[in-house]
Amino acid sequence: MLKEFLLRIGTKVLAMLYFFGGLAVLSGQACRWVFLAPLKRGRILEQARKSGVDSLPIVALISLFIGVIFTFQIAYLMQRLGSEMYIATIVALSLVRELGPVITALIVAGRVGAAITAEIGSMQVTEQIDALETLSVSPVKYLVVPRLVALALMLPLLTLYADIIGIFGGYLICVYKLDISSTIYMKMTFESLLFKDLFTGLAKTVVFGMVIALVSCYEGFNVQGGSVGVGKATMKAVVTSFILIIATDCFFTALFYFIFP
Amino acid sequence: MTMIEIKKLHKRFNGRKVLDGVNLKIPEGRTLVIIGRSGCGKSVLLKHIIGLLKPDSGGVLVDGVDITGLKEEELERVRQKIEMVFQGGALFDSLTVGENVGFRYLEHGGMEKDALEKRVSESLALVGLYSIENMMPSELSGGMKKRVAVARAICTRPRIILYDEPTTGVDPITADSINGLIRSLHDKLKVTSIVVTHDMKSAYAIADRIAMLYEGKIIAEGTPSEIQHSADPVVQQFINGLSTGPITDTNSVHIGAK
Repeated sequence: MLKEFLLRIGTKVLAMLYFFGGLAVLSGQACRWVFLAPLKRGRILEQARKSGVDSLPIVALISLFIGVIFTFQIAYLMQRLGSEMYIATIVALSLVRELGPVITALIVAGRVGAAITAEIGSMQVTEQIDALETLSVSPVKYLVVPRLVALALMLPLLTLYADIIGIFGGYLICVYKLDISSTIYMKMTFESLLFKDLFTGLAKTVVFGMVIALVSCYEGFNVQGGSVGVGKATMKAVVTSFILIIATDCFFTALFYFIFP
Repeated sequence: MTMIEIKKLHKRFNGRKVLDGVNLKIPEGRTLVIIGRSGCGKSVLLKHIIGLLKPDSGGVLVDGVDITGLKEEELERVRQKIEMVFQGGALFDSLTVGENVGFRYLEHGGMEKDALEKRVSESLALVGLYSIENMMPSELSGGMKKRVAVARAICTRPRIILYDEPTTGVDPITADSINGLIRSLHDKLKVTSIVVTHDMKSAYAIADRIAMLYEGKIIAEGTPSEIQHSADPVVQQFINGLSTGPITDTNSVHIGAK
């Protein structure tokens, strides 16, 4: 019984070490190609369109809802404290520093990360990855680098967009439901936001984008067992990305707290 | 002159012995067909020849160079001489037929746009396909995909072509035309070819020599006629497609033909 339990724990730990080792190797290879080889602009732009431009509608919709929901919840508390005028401040700071970056990263991990794993996984199953190697093309350079660069560039832009839409959601509730004047809402929003709030919110999304790209590509390359394997890998990529995004966010929040007190 | 030489090649996957001391020599300009049951390690052997897999021990010499210990950059130079036709074609879904065929030149350069377009058309014409450069792989039938894969392989005019199950999954008429295609490419381009298959009709049609892989070893090698008249009961059961015999009798121990 104990032996079985320890064996299971040991297997899980080994699998985790194997995963992080593999991810570290892939990250190293991808960074090497980013800096050593000329980047193919067309391929990066295509990935930027797929991961960024095509994500605009879903990011807008979710951010608007988040802005509305969050404003209602804050309004509930602020009305009890008699501090309605601070609603805009709290909404803006929360969205820009935390909610915007994390929600956008989770949306992109679910939408784009899953698609990357499924695409690369299908290529693995149909031997297209082997074909790339036989044609003397590095799969890391051809498949990972454009996705890595595109996501690292697009996630901050998508987050900025999500921040604006979320704040607009708060504006709708404050102005049309809570009778806060438009001028006060805008004034409280922009006066409360400092450059460091925007910077800390956007800087970590560069890392989130890289995490999504690397985890999704890694899981795609390691697909085994046909279409069932593609499904499993896709699920694993999304779940792992979610966990790593939250863990990375925790790390950066603590780091920025001490760097930019 | 020997173009490919495989020396005492051993490979295990998860403790299971797949290749157990394979020895083979393929002279330049000849076609060797490797036969054997599904899952016996034929494709694994092919992937060692192009450096996609590293052996546990043994050597693979391509044009005199042992590729097993080469670094990626050195291996890429050797791979410029070799092309491989994968079982399902392995065409890149996101690229057009023309881009697939000219892929190596599009990625590495070395040919002007007009010259490349001409080369792509010529390569497609050699496999009997015309004016399909702008089609996507998803619009092609199984047989056409295999032909396009062959066109991609011959586009760079390689010295060696490896074929993994070229007639699997296509109808008998298409299979026969693919056999004819491999034979005619061999005659026209004088390439050294290794074909992995379990389709005996195909093997007899295209082989200069046939080798049978069984339990990780080459148990028979010879001309199609020599293989047909082999005294080895394992070879006879396989080439005649019999459900009873030493291969399917799990307790039997293969002794081999004398």
